[in-house]
Amino acid sequence: MSSMLNEGETLGAFLDRYRSLELLRFLTCGSVDDGKSTLIGRLLHDTDRVYDDHRKALEEDSKIHGTQGGNVDLALLVDGLKAEREQGITIDVAWRYFATLHRSFIIADCPGHEQYTRNMATGASHCQLAITLIDARHGMTRQTRRHAFIAALLGLPQMVAAVNKMDLVGWDEARFRSVEREFLAWCARLGTPEPTVIPISALHGDCIVHPSTHAPWYRGPTILQLLESVPVMRPAADAPLRLPVQQVLRPSPDFRGFAGRIESGSVTVGDRVQVLPSGRETRIARIACAEADGGDRKSVAAPGSVLVTFTDEVDCSRGDVITCVGGSQQPIPCHSIEADLVWMDETPLMAGASFLMRIGTRTVPATVVRIRHVVDVDTLAQHARDSIEWNEVGRVDIVTQQTIVVEPYRQMRALGALILIDRVTHATAAAGMVRSGDPHEPNPRRAHWATQPAPTIEPPADRSATESVARAARWRQRPAAILLFGPPKSGKTRRAFALERHLWQQGHAALVLDGQALRGGLSRDLTFSDEDRSENLRRAAEVTRLLLDQGMVVILSMVAPQTAARELARDLIGADRFLAIDCAQRGTDDAALFRDVESFIRPDQTPGAG
Amino acid sequence: MHDRSWTHLDDLESEAIHILREAAACFERPVLMYSIGKDSTVLLHLALKAFWPAKPPFPLLHIDTKWKFREMISFRDETARKFGLDLRVHTNPEGLRQGISPITHGSRVHTDVMKTQALRQALEAGRYDAAIGGARRDEERSRAKERIFSFRDRSHRWDPKQQRPELWNIPNTRVHEGESMRVFPLSNWTELDVWLYVLQHRLPVVPLYLAQPRPVVERDGLLIMRDDDRLALRPGEHVQERMVRFRTLGCYPLSGAVESRADTIEKVVEEMLRARTSERQGRLIDHDQSGSMEEKKREGYF
Repeated sequence: MSSMLNEGETLGAFLDRYRSLELLRFLTCGSVDDGKSTLIGRLLHDTDRVYDDHRKALEEDSKIHGTQGGNVDLALLVDGLKAEREQGITIDVAWRYFATLHRSFIIADCPGHEQYTRNMATGASHCQLAITLIDARHGMTRQTRRHAFIAALLGLPQMVAAVNKMDLVGWDEARFRSVEREFLAWCARLGTPEPTVIPISALHGDCIVHPSTHAPWYRGPTILQLLESVPVMRPAADAPLRLPVQQVLRPSPDFRGFAGRIESGSVTVGDRVQVLPSGRETRIARIACAEADGGDRKSVAAPGSVLVTFTDEVDCSRGDVITCVGGSQQPIPCHSIEADLVWMDETPLMAGASFLMRIGTRTVPATVVRIRHVVDVDTLAQHARDSIEWNEVGRVDIVTQQTIVVEPYRQMRALGALILIDRVTHATAAAGMVRSGDPHEPNPRRAHWATQPAPTIEPPADRSATESVARAARWRQRPAAILLFGPPKSGKTRRAFALERHLWQQGHAALVLDGQALRGGLSRDLTFSDEDRSENLRRAAEVTRLLLDQGMVVILSMVAPQTAARELARDLIGADRFLAIDCAQRGTDDAALFRDVESFIRPDQTPGAG
Repeated sequence: MHDRSWTHLDDLESEAIHILREAAACFERPVLMYSIGKDSTVLLHLALKAFWPAKPPFPLLHIDTKWKFREMISFRDETARKFGLDLRVHTNPEGLRQGISPITHGSRVHTDVMKTQALRQALEAGRYDAAIGGARRDEERSRAKERIFSFRDRSHRWDPKQQRPELWNIPNTRVHEGESMRVFPLSNWTELDVWLYVLQHRLPVVPLYLAQPRPVVERDGLLIMRDDDRLALRPGEHVQERMVRFRTLGCYPLSGAVESRADTIEKVVEEMLRARTSERQGRLIDHDQSGSMEEKKREGYF
């Protein structure tokens, strides 16, 4: 192990330099054999951060547990637990510490094989950068996509992909570029900032600390160069003040101080502040500090831990939040939130389940009243489901028994991050990210089927009726709505798209309106109650009507369980343009379905079944 | 906006104070495990700072094996007196009766009876639901997966496969009656951070950390200080005066000294910065067997 001091550097000079050294927290993730442990071992080894006694232990361990034929196996430097060393796998997030002459680092080493969601979410909640390992031979896998998804969900600002084992593909640039393209495309879909993709060989040490001689075509940074140069994220001092109160300290009758960590912004003596959720205003009297520690402070910024006193007697206790007054961005005191959950409990989440919810420093009883959807992490599709399983990600509505103070996670992590605790086992059941808080009590909703026919908008004069004739002629169809309905898994969506493809091939103009897709946006506010299902169908029918007026064939894929609601939809669209097909009753013969629909939309066809 | 430039140590200090305040706010009967060493010194300083102008809302607990260096015990008592702290000392009475010693029974039995068992006795007697300690994750490989708030079952056992995920800075502090939490505010500190903090705040430490001529014998490849005459000399061994200091402190027959000329904190830090071996190298307790720390932790060792 080498010295932390530069050649000839005195302690005084080191201490001066040290004050400007920053701390970067990053995570590494990858599947079992992607070489994650080897990468970290290589980073420690090549920066000469391995103590001599640890190296000696490593050499001995390598002979017993190593996978490198008795040669030094760097992965063993970081595989900590005995069970893991024997099985050659890592179970849980492990924390590593190392420093170079330029920076200190904390690594959250997140294993990917099982409980990957849990591990990734945990690591990502503490870090600003993620390094995802990809095996060059296999390219992007399901696991890679999932890791990037969780990193994006937790809002990590920096993403890096390390394409490992380049030596096993002969340092083939084309291979690297294709993995790079794939990763960039996926990150673009996730909406993360542009990632950096680096070709490496952790085993041989290429592009980890030292540049590789095997990849003259690669001009980007090595892993260490990147880690030493990315800007370290700090809470901005000019951001709005958020100080969640941890404790009230009253050592004597004339002192009442509020202890907590400034999560955002700063406090200065004399500042006007308010206590939420009560909204009572006061001013900061002191930022108290012992004489031995330099005495009272005038101003402290995030992430400092402080003890403040107020100029007035204002009620304030653990769980309250001290914030600045005014400003465009204000936290919302509320009883009801919408949040994304990473589900970590083996028992699936069902709507109606109750938990203890911790947000900021407040813990309150809370109930998940509704599951909006579960995300398919491979396709990013949102599926309506009535449960969220272990390691899945879903969106929910939560109602709390007491007032909480929240902000969207994307705007303010301190009041947007939450955990749900099982009331019986006390396990941490979920990590959550607030999307929005609803300051109002939830309103009962009603389906808005109109009893009066909707007014017809006259087309502009220069758009003559012949256009619809022209469209019908070109597409060889008359506008029509085909409702494929039935319970989940009755094959609606598959059939809808098969039908659309068939009609497209025949030269028709058709499109699919999927009930689930509608719930992602247009019907985001709806639940799965009968009332709301009916309302979802109404909205679909309204959209359909507009599209039929443009000459289209619209294929609706909806659960639509109520006969009454389907009849209302038929009335709204017009019985002569509406064909309902019950997918649960219908056989699997797609060809028959295609024939029926084609005959229904034929321009010379007289109106038939409804 | 800062009074002065914000450093990496300020980051760690603020995080540790936040953790200490959470422990105090969320548990009914917390206790601070005070082991007199440099980590405990920093931990105690942070606790005094976190609750000032109030006193830390928890007592200090020292598990005394009766084999600590004499200078450690006098430093402990002096510290408690100086800050007016409620110091509680516990020794395993059965171990004492059986005369368990690291010299005759070996480090394994001694550690198990006088430290692990003793700690369990003290925690149960005090019905503490949170024990705050100065352990750091960088100390040893099996500590790398330790949580900041680390759950223990009714038998004080640590199950590495059943740890609660820790997200953001929101600890899950819920425990049932009889269960408890170990809390580690210095989790993210390294040995260097601890020394730099000691230096920056001019914290007094046990003089054993500084080099001075001390009576040592060479045994099993380590330099053992003869702190009293319970350390009987084996044939061929002789006591020599050498300029030594300790990187970690524990029971004196189990703590290896290093030869050093660093007689001030500044020089200790400088030596640290040039160090080629880890601090635990001088500890017999970790050399027993591969994975030994993990075994001890499962049984409830701190």
